[in-house]
Amino acid sequence: MEKQLAQNLEREKLIGMYRKMLEIRLFEEKVFELYGQNLVPGTIHLYAGQEAIAVGVCSNLGKDDYITSTHRGHGHCIAKGADLKRTMAEILGKETGYCKGKGGSMHIADFNIGMLGATAVVGAGLPIAVGAGLSIKLRKTDQIVACFFGEGASNQGTFHESINLASTWKLPVIFVCENNLYAMGTRQSIAMNVENIADRAVAYGIPGVVVDGNDVLAVYEAVQKGVERAKKGEGPTLIECKTYRQKGHSRVDPAKYRPKGEVEEWLARDPIKRLKEKLLQTNTLTKTEIQRIEKEVVTKIEEAVKFAIESPYPSSEEALEDVYA
Amino acid sequence: MRKITYREALREALREEMRRDPSVFLLGEDIGRYWGGAFKVTDGLAEEFGDERVRDTPISESAIIGTAVGAAITGMRPVAEIMFGDLTALAMDQIANQAAKICYMFGGQAKCPLVIRTPFGAGVNIASHHSQSLEAWFMHVPGINVAVPSTPNDAKGLLKTAIRGENPVFFCEHKLLYPIEGEVPEEEYTIPFGVADVKREGADVTIVATLFMVHKALNAAAHLEKEDISVEVVDPRTLTPLDKQAMMKSVKKTGRIVVVSEDCKTAGVSAEIAAIIAEEAIDYLDAPIKRVAEPDTPIPFSPPLERYVIPDEKAIIKAVKEIA
Repeated sequence: MEKQLAQNLEREKLIGMYRKMLEIRLFEEKVFELYGQNLVPGTIHLYAGQEAIAVGVCSNLGKDDYITSTHRGHGHCIAKGADLKRTMAEILGKETGYCKGKGGSMHIADFNIGMLGATAVVGAGLPIAVGAGLSIKLRKTDQIVACFFGEGASNQGTFHESINLASTWKLPVIFVCENNLYAMGTRQSIAMNVENIADRAVAYGIPGVVVDGNDVLAVYEAVQKGVERAKKGEGPTLIECKTYRQKGHSRVDPAKYRPKGEVEEWLARDPIKRLKEKLLQTNTLTKTEIQRIEKEVVTKIEEAVKFAIESPYPSSEEALEDVYA
Repeated sequence: MRKITYREALREALREEMRRDPSVFLLGEDIGRYWGGAFKVTDGLAEEFGDERVRDTPISESAIIGTAVGAAITGMRPVAEIMFGDLTALAMDQIANQAAKICYMFGGQAKCPLVIRTPFGAGVNIASHHSQSLEAWFMHVPGINVAVPSTPNDAKGLLKTAIRGENPVFFCEHKLLYPIEGEVPEEEYTIPFGVADVKREGADVTIVATLFMVHKALNAAAHLEKEDISVEVVDPRTLTPLDKQAMMKSVKKTGRIVVVSEDCKTAGVSAEIAAIIAEEAIDYLDAPIKRVAEPDTPIPFSPPLERYVIPDEKAIIKAVKEIA
């Protein structure tokens, strides 16, 4: 009886993961489409291809736990439970957006769900995550911080300063490196002489783990171990998720710097496709059920788009508000 | 009234606020029980509040401020010390791009009640990396308040206000001020931001000065009194927010103004104040605005060189006489 219940829970969790990953993918496809229609001001950095990481990480977190995010942050928001309508509205610069249109694609935050905001300065989120970790320690709560950053950020001084500090003070932080192989157009091998970012963990006396970032269950399990360690007061873990961004760095970057065949190779390892196959093979979900989920997600995103498009832009005077609390 | 030093006044403010509010904690290099702060401001606090609330950090300025930001937006009230003002350059992203903008760019969802204390200023012959006055950098960034106390009384009252506020505060101290004594009430008080203090009343010329320059301006004023020139010394006490009305009021009375600041002249504190007076009070002026500031050089090491570039009483007196 108990076992069956556990299996049921597991099933719900898996389905939830699939749904979230799909939400992120279809959301990003919609953002890309709206960008093409000149409805998205500025630039965009799409998360397509990396969904297993945000979802695998956030499936370990509760509403009170924290995340810090990056310029490529839509997926982190959605995985942490952000409202699609307000997220889309922010990306379109509308007054109903999370930041009343003052942040945009690169600065979405929802403090009600522990989403401490996306910073567009590469590597700047790491010390902030450490601070949230210190706050947890000083307030003596049971929370966790997950800090997302790319392999490019691991070459910033803040990476070293932050992990050193979190390790020394044994703070409950999971450092999640999303290694998508490219920092804009700079391939990893051009910028560092190590293959695994996780190897750098040795320098700080903490575990460094490499996982398949396109396998949501692998990410989930690695983070689960990190969370257990953190909650025991043993300090942070560095988890490197090997992945690939399916689109260019930003906007309409054609990403011609990628060698022939590489994209196809990674598309074959698409995280959503893989989870879907697993769910079908294990009879967790039937084809009909999957179609139903897909339809529901499509509807949810259409509603978000409608909400965002129909929302007004902020009044000009709004630009002068919120400089100070 | 009892007299205590600027250093002791700061320490009292920290101690009282830490006793009052458990979310207040300190972090910085060598601020703990082994050293007590490079300028001894935090001396004895680790013994009272423990190492958890008075945290020695590694030499990682970015992480010190970033950690303070992360703690501030999740319910704590950190007071970070950067050992020398010059070293804030190492943490500039966290100060200017993160702390200052978190409230705004997230649409008012988050507050960042963080205080960054740091000493500026020359006068102890420690050359270009430990002597600058960089207040203007922070005045230029919306979202941060900038405090510049010149006396023990102001230091204590402003620091308590800074700690209790909801915004990031860049709290400028000055190395030469730490041993200076002044009257400080024993009873509880705070000083609001954006309220200047007239440190000396006068009728002929207004001097606006901050930090250690307030004391040089007062010395100059005492000297000028003997020559029948009555000088009013206005100390803004905070640069952001800036009490324009107090400066305006004084200028309306005197019709003459000298702005004295230890930082570089170009795009500095004196430039901003002079611009405000020119823009909003030119009709009250009977003479050109004068500025006394550092002549746009790095701070040199050798004592005669350092003395040459830092504004002194002689330079202030000369500027006053040129328009009096």
